[in-house]
Amino acid sequence: MVRARGVAVAALACLAAWAPPPASAQPAAQGRVLFLEGCATCHGDDARGLPGQAPSLHGVGARAADFYLSTGRMPLAEPRTTPVRAPPQYMAAERRALVDYVASLGGPGIPDVTPQRGSLAVGFQQFTSHCAGCHQAVAQGGVVPDDVAPSLQQATPRQIAEAVRVGPHVMPAFPESQIDRHELDSIVRYVLSTRSPPDRGGWGLGNLGPIPEGMVAWLLAGAALLIVLRLLGERSRP
Amino acid sequence: MSRQAPSHDVLRFLDERLLTNRPLRKALRYVFPDHWSFMLGEVALYAFIVLVATGVFLALFFEPGLDKQTYAGPYAPLAGREVSAAYASTMAISFEVPGGLLIRQTHHWAADVFVVAIVLHMVRVFFTGAFRKPRELNYLIGVTMLALAVFEGFLGYSLVDDLLSGMGLAIAYGVAMSIPLVGGDLAHLVWDGEFPGSAVIESRLYIAHILLLPAALATLIGAHLAMIVRQRHTQFRGPLRAEDNVVGTPAWPGYALRSTGLLLIVAAILVALGGLVQINPIWEWGPYEPWQGTNGAQPDWYLGWLIGALRLMPPVEVVIGGRTVLPNPFFGGVLFPSVVFGVLYAWPWLEQRWLTRDLRRHDLLDRPRDNARRTAAGAAFFAWVVTVFAAGAADRAFLSTGVSYTTQVWVFRVAVFVLPAVVYVVARRVARELALSARALPRAGGRG
Amino acid sequence: MSLPRRLAEAVVVLALIARGRRGRRREEEPVDEGGPEEGRPFLREVGARPGAERAVAALLFASALASVAFVVVFFTGADTQALGIALAAALGLLGAALAVAAAAVVPREQAIERRPRLAHPEAEPPVRRRLATAGEGVSRRRLLGTAGLAAGATLTGALVVPAASLGPAVGNSIAETPWRRGRRLVDEDGRPLLAADVPATSFLTAFPEGADPRELGAPVIVVREDPARLRLPRARRGWAPQGILAYSKICTHAGCALALYRRPLYEPVSQPPGIACPCHYSVFDPRTGGTVLAGPAGRPLPQLPLAVGPDGELRAAGGFSGPIGPSWWGVRET
Repeated sequence: MVRARGVAVAALACLAAWAPPPASAQPAAQGRVLFLEGCATCHGDDARGLPGQAPSLHGVGARAADFYLSTGRMPLAEPRTTPVRAPPQYMAAERRALVDYVASLGGPGIPDVTPQRGSLAVGFQQFTSHCAGCHQAVAQGGVVPDDVAPSLQQATPRQIAEAVRVGPHVMPAFPESQIDRHELDSIVRYVLSTRSPPDRGGWGLGNLGPIPEGMVAWLLAGAALLIVLRLLGERSRP
Repeated sequence: MSRQAPSHDVLRFLDERLLTNRPLRKALRYVFPDHWSFMLGEVALYAFIVLVATGVFLALFFEPGLDKQTYAGPYAPLAGREVSAAYASTMAISFEVPGGLLIRQTHHWAADVFVVAIVLHMVRVFFTGAFRKPRELNYLIGVTMLALAVFEGFLGYSLVDDLLSGMGLAIAYGVAMSIPLVGGDLAHLVWDGEFPGSAVIESRLYIAHILLLPAALATLIGAHLAMIVRQRHTQFRGPLRAEDNVVGTPAWPGYALRSTGLLLIVAAILVALGGLVQINPIWEWGPYEPWQGTNGAQPDWYLGWLIGALRLMPPVEVVIGGRTVLPNPFFGGVLFPSVVFGVLYAWPWLEQRWLTRDLRRHDLLDRPRDNARRTAAGAAFFAWVVTVFAAGAADRAFLSTGVSYTTQVWVFRVAVFVLPAVVYVVARRVARELALSARALPRAGGRG
Repeated sequence: MSLPRRLAEAVVVLALIARGRRGRRREEEPVDEGGPEEGRPFLREVGARPGAERAVAALLFASALASVAFVVVFFTGADTQALGIALAAALGLLGAALAVAAAAVVPREQAIERRPRLAHPEAEPPVRRRLATAGEGVSRRRLLGTAGLAAGATLTGALVVPAASLGPAVGNSIAETPWRRGRRLVDEDGRPLLAADVPATSFLTAFPEGADPRELGAPVIVVREDPARLRLPRARRGWAPQGILAYSKICTHAGCALALYRRPLYEPVSQPPGIACPCHYSVFDPRTGGTVLAGPAGRPLPQLPLAVGPDGELRAAGGFSGPIGPSWWGVRET
């Protein structure tokens, strides 16, 4: 019966997406319902976490909730597994409700980010110092044994900013005292620029470095040369 | 004098001064055996020629200095960054010199393909037994050239002082330091102090790369070719072919035209890559600083076997009497390549002693199936090196396949022992089967 | 026609006839065709295959066009891809022309030659005899031999000696880092680091004030851990004021910078904190004094003792706990 009620409320929340947003207490209440249904098994009914399963959500703020929900990393199908980017399980309105609920538990809001105001040069330098070690120089992703620092080619500017501040999973969280607003704008601007690299040299091979280059040397050049040699070398037989 | 065809006058002119007629007669009639796999060495030679030609161009623009300057070129993300003269001049070649990026990328692709061609050529030489008496010396020269080519390539891309190659130089320093007894002093001699060393290290890399190693390679190539001419090239068995003759295409006109055509086609392939496929985009990595690093850092392909070895080795360090006798990088960075090259160098004699007991001279080649144990040993050895090589890309494989890095490392540690053994048995079996079936069927002029 | 004109004509005609006559007269010189060790064709296919000559000509002209295109592109923007295509076409078409000419235009021949006999053991005795004449009549062989060896060996040694000036002996240089007791930690821009600047959730890179940041012993990675969870060796109990830790940023495996910091958001479901290296994935534990958690590094990460000055500034409280950088012969600790 609780389930049926939950579904009904979820449907209402979807419909509510078309209606003007009601007073702030309402989404939080809707969010709490969704929370109880989809998150409380691990995070506890009171959102104070269950030891060994999931952390408390008190004080994490809207920014953490928005990051995890909009990138589909939460809800986790199985507790204790690594959260990975996936299509979000909740629709936008539901996500807003959940975020509002978590925000009501206290914590920082969603960061403002304006990439156009950032500087590419500052962003490249900051990214190299703080991010490239895990995410690779042009944000193609990397390995932090035994986890993955994902490629940033799909993240939105807001999600990047949220991740920098939240430090999800095993990522460090960089506060404003370390990376200020302008630097954050710049980092986001730089990451966005890695989606359209100049690639003046031709086919970029995914901008992954010498591994695909070696493959081209063997599988393209090597193969082409073997074909050429076969063509040249088969001469009339006596 | 006589008024015959102009070539007659030239020939007479040269012969009266330089005694050219007889050598020319021999050279024009020199017979080249025809098999396509004999041209792999030529491909390597032509890649070397492209390297020298493009290298000369680059040397006219590259500044081998480590003194810092503020980047003032057109690539926006680097604006205001402190970069070395080496990095800045390479950026200028890539972004500002017309045709600069084409030549630079052609040069780098030529280096990668140079080693590909050498390896393919070496594989052909090995599996056909071309290294046997009287060609052991030439084989040693070939193995040496492989080592030099790998080293030369490493020096070349390390000149640029970008983040990727700088990390590689740091590892080279670590490996040098790991040599027992002398490693510390040796590394500090080369780098003029502790890594990253003084500014002179760039000069040393540069001189080694544009003078010392090319001169050594050119000399060895000359000796390699001279020996082939002296001994004549080997050939496969076939109609009319015997141990004491050579059957094939004469140098003029057939082979000269074909070979020159191959030179141009190799150059064309390398230039096509240089213009169409990006390689070593140093602007994406940024300049090197010893306190910075990037994930996914890899050396060029022909050093992948060493990064694999360094990553696979468990955290063993041999400490005796308070001294670290064998630091960890020694195993992957010194011992492993020494064993690989040691086996390569010693192979003609290892085979004589343990496999064939054959001390005769051979000018006719084996097909791989004709010597099953050599073929199996070579395949197993190759599988061993390739397994270590593949381990070097395990992090990328983790990202692509999801198989955890640690699991892969353990799998590779087992595979390094198991796979060569399996390959040996399978290859020997296959070779023997092929040899048996070939003998059962009537021979139709089989040419390998 | 005028007389001078006719005379000139006659002279030209006579000269041509004389030239023709001379050409027809055979040179009376012997012909040396060489021995069996020179190639002789035994199979010849003469005559171009149908269409081959035209194909070669077409390829050559196409190559010429490509070369012209290369020059044009070079002076009109020099786009890398266009330049590459043009030059590759010029080279490749010319190469193809030569290859087709070899295969289908010039005579296709198979030739045979005898291999030169490589060994001449009959010539060995005279060689040995001639070599031995150096010793004829020489009585003090052992003396001369020893003296010669001494001279040769010492000269070779002497010539190698200047290589020692290539660089310094390693000596104690690795133990000498720019860190001293009381030296302030500064960031990449030279600004002093306050203890309050060190976040609990990320990492910083710091350098000794006034030192060359490129020195291998200079960079340190600074993190803050919960003091209750630290398990440092007893001798280092005071090294982490407020739980702030500093370690050398240079990996003790092969010398790369430790650019990875693994900081779990919720530790029970993640791996513990670790400072890791992107080169061969060595991982060091900041809570236990830099011990190796994973990877091939054979030595823990050297730790720098910290102190917080009265102004809140972070200062070094001494030198590193061990030699920094890659292990080598002279490293005495594990």
